[in-house]
Amino acid sequence: MTANAPIKHLLGIKGLSESHIQTIFETADNFKTLINGPVKKTPALRDITIANLFFENSTRTRVSFELAEKRLGADTINFSSSSSSVKKGETLIDTVNNILSMKVDMVVMRHPAPGACVFLSKHIDAQIVNAGDGTHEHPTQALLDAYSIREQYGDVAGKKVVIIGDILHSRVALSNIYCLQLLGAEVMVCGPATLIPKHIHALGVKVSHNLEEALRWCDVANMLRIQLERQDQRYFPSLKEYSRLYGLTMDKLNALDKEICIMHPGPINRGVEISSDVADSDHSIILQQVENGVAVRMAVLFLLGQQRL
Amino acid sequence: MSQPKLLIDTHKLNLILKRFALQLIEAHGDFAQTAIIGLQPRGVDLAKKLTAFITELQPDNALKYGELDHTFFRDDIGRGEIFMPKKSHINFSTENLNIVLVDDVLYTGRSVRASIDALMSFGRPKQVELMVLVDRRFQRELPISPNYVGVVVDSRSTGEHVKVDWTEDQQQVWLLSKKE
Repeated sequence: MTANAPIKHLLGIKGLSESHIQTIFETADNFKTLINGPVKKTPALRDITIANLFFENSTRTRVSFELAEKRLGADTINFSSSSSSVKKGETLIDTVNNILSMKVDMVVMRHPAPGACVFLSKHIDAQIVNAGDGTHEHPTQALLDAYSIREQYGDVAGKKVVIIGDILHSRVALSNIYCLQLLGAEVMVCGPATLIPKHIHALGVKVSHNLEEALRWCDVANMLRIQLERQDQRYFPSLKEYSRLYGLTMDKLNALDKEICIMHPGPINRGVEISSDVADSDHSIILQQVENGVAVRMAVLFLLGQQRL
Repeated sequence: MSQPKLLIDTHKLNLILKRFALQLIEAHGDFAQTAIIGLQPRGVDLAKKLTAFITELQPDNALKYGELDHTFFRDDIGRGEIFMPKKSHINFSTENLNIVLVDDVLYTGRSVRASIDALMSFGRPKQVELMVLVDRRFQRELPISPNYVGVVVDSRSTGEHVKVDWTEDQQQVWLLSKKE
């Protein structure tokens, strides 16, 4: 993504180096200054057309990308699988090639199949940004999470971050692990044994099945929701039991002898993985994450957009 | 290849900056409604030194100082070269202020055009002036003209290049026959 190591696509955090990520963060700093000013737009990508292809539901990511694209001056087209010819049996490559024949330069894609973006990158010419592919990766979410930690603490290196919840079905967890480790953070995952992938130790992360223990260890707790839409079987007896054991409440926070920072990629299931008073408290930087998402995505699109020739 | 020509040495630079400082004091008084903004990357060093001269000559001033990067407003993004932005730092509203943009070399005028656009994203100033150390006036590609000029280089050769060497102790501006 820099002049020294140009990359054409953002398919995942795996494939980026620490210097790529620092470049994205420094560029995002500039965009954050811009979008907090009176005029929030630049014409940087005015001659680019970006297609947002969402084969899966999304609120935050889709709106955040669209806002980032518009603030960079790009033309955007939005596509959702529910209202398209995908329903009529069209393949992914045919769908995308039809859109690209209308002179689209960049594709932002969310897809339920892990590896869909990598697959597409081998068959089309346009640049691809992965906005979440199944249970694989969600690189821009990991970037904005790490950027928010950096903003909160000044640096990510040396911080202890625990990711709590449904690690098994989470693309956010995998991208976060890659990104935080590249930046020098220590990572722990926490959740019921059934929702922690079997060989996750191989990624060099700590594992805990005890929320209180994990909270005592960490500086930052990133709460994930239970991804019921990806669960084909029961992984725990009841949501009530899950919430009692792994739901973050103010009582559990107050029992700590230190302040920790609470994050959540959204959407929040209040009362399940996080209580309302914690989500709305001063410990929480959930809305800062959303704000930073636009600046980080502007940085990614700007840096990739410079390399389209 | 002809020998490099020294356009400005440290002594001459200090003379020029003192002249600039006096010109600005004459035009802007106590600077209550004026901000000096250094253009990234090399206009910043110049602007910092200039504000120090102004403060030396007129200690009680209300001068506001900022730094501006124009990368996101360039007209050549995506045309081969990769541009990395530097920090913009303007912690005041530019609304209705007189702004003096400071840069080292005015060449084609494209950077200044981008900088004016970048400046407008911080608000609508009352007036924008341009101060440059070196004006290569026959190389302009856009209708941009400076208000304050250190030295003028009248070379028509596109093979020539102005190089600014700026260290803490010594500042020199050279005219080179090609990029070195």
